[in-house]
Amino acid sequence: MIFNFADYGQLLPLITNSLIAGAVLAVVGGLIGVFVNTRDMSFAVHGISELSFAGASVALLIGIDVVVGSILGSLIAAAIIGVMGAKARERNSVVAVLMPAGLGAGILALSMYHGVASNKFGLLTGQIVSVDNPQLYWLVGIGGLILATLALIWRPLAFASLDPEVATARGVPTRTLSVVFMLLLGLAVAASVQVVGALLVLSLLVTPAASAMRITRNPAMVALLSVLFALLAVIGGILLAVGAGLPISPYVTTISFVIYLVARLVERRAR
Amino acid sequence: MSKPKPVLEINNATLAYGSTKLWENLNLVVEPHEFIAVIGANGSGKTSLLKAILGQEKLTSGSIRINGAPVKGGRSDVGYIPQHRGTDASTPMRARDLLRLGFDGHRWGIPLPTRAMRARVDHVLDCIDGRALADEPVGSLSGGQLQRFRVGQAVIGNPNLILADEPLSALDLNQQQAVANLIDQERREHESAVLFVTHDVNPILGMVDRVLYLANGQFRIGTPDEVLRSEVLSELYGTPVDVLRNQGRIVVVGTQDHHHHPDEEWV
Repeated sequence: MIFNFADYGQLLPLITNSLIAGAVLAVVGGLIGVFVNTRDMSFAVHGISELSFAGASVALLIGIDVVVGSILGSLIAAAIIGVMGAKARERNSVVAVLMPAGLGAGILALSMYHGVASNKFGLLTGQIVSVDNPQLYWLVGIGGLILATLALIWRPLAFASLDPEVATARGVPTRTLSVVFMLLLGLAVAASVQVVGALLVLSLLVTPAASAMRITRNPAMVALLSVLFALLAVIGGILLAVGAGLPISPYVTTISFVIYLVARLVERRAR
Repeated sequence: MSKPKPVLEINNATLAYGSTKLWENLNLVVEPHEFIAVIGANGSGKTSLLKAILGQEKLTSGSIRINGAPVKGGRSDVGYIPQHRGTDASTPMRARDLLRLGFDGHRWGIPLPTRAMRARVDHVLDCIDGRALADEPVGSLSGGQLQRFRVGQAVIGNPNLILADEPLSALDLNQQQAVANLIDQERREHESAVLFVTHDVNPILGMVDRVLYLANGQFRIGTPDEVLRSEVLSELYGTPVDVLRNQGRIVVVGTQDHHHHPDEEWV
């Protein structure tokens, strides 16, 4: 039985936290994703998410907060990639080296952990159905911090991402912005790992913006559509998953993927 | 009458990599609405000079001032036109967005539309004859079209100094003329000085006030008629060089380098 919506009305209050968390992450992911795509950093997102997973696993093993561990892992990865891989090609090899190392460390930590097992799999594939209040405060706090910083640096970051040569000549601090963006990305990945899991973060931080960029070249519309697509995937995914009693990540990734396919079709039609 | 304040002052500037000196004791004072062509062979330090003015290359000695202030890094009172480089087709940026980045892209915050910005963008669109292309993705513009918008992007903030780095490379002759004319027209209207780095002086010969010719670690500055002469360039290069004039075009023959347009290889 994949769908069972008979008791849906009673279930909804139980998932309010998840829906709020999902909505915050969708807005963050949709907006960060615009810059991930224009700065050609999709692969870096994947690398950061593996180290975020490693951080969370180690945190679980040594008994500190999993969210803290995943944020630390993310930020360390983002800093390494930001410092060592300024150019796209260098960055890709740095990411490819970091990624298996992080995944390996995470698996090691998980296999040494003898606590409640349900959490283990969740770090890789998502676990949003039970977001408790402290977790929600974390997510909303991180999300708010990311959105506030993005609002402050949006214009010069867009200049630096779309037209780096002229931006540098015009005095935009492109290097500082690049480091700040990596840190924001690290935070966004750490937050998303809590919901969709390390393996599926790309569906939140890359796919919505990539879909939007297929449909329009208007930068404001790209941001708007990207957020809309991310919301559709996350909220839609949660609502469907609750009815089915299955993990939410397959629903989120599938909706995200279908939106991308439709966007490509729309683009073809428009030509 | 007091003299107008110089836009750009280069004092005793030297740039060297190890023992190789690109140029030494370079002095250049640029007044408002002067059009200066920087010419020379590949590796003569033209682009490095531009980078030094943009604050991206540190001088070995000497100083550079823009509008009276020492150069530290990029700055928003300077317009910059880069070499033509194609943009990825999926880049979410329309031609009008490129202009807008030149207007307020360096400021903090969210780019909310303002009336002043719209009016300015529309005005520049008219100047560069770009209304019809305004909503096209930048990635779909031809070389000449993109460079027209690059000129617009450089002048939209009313800079009093425009730095152009080989803005005509990769353009055909008609496009070269159109873009060069546009730069000339803009600097006349806005009284901005232009420093124009190029390997071929011909498309801009009619507009140039002075030429800075770099070669062999040395340089000559003067009007085109003063500098672009066989005896001057022979002395500069240290080998016999012929400057030929044909139907208003200038071709330099006898140097080892290709600082003339491939179309002129017939000489």
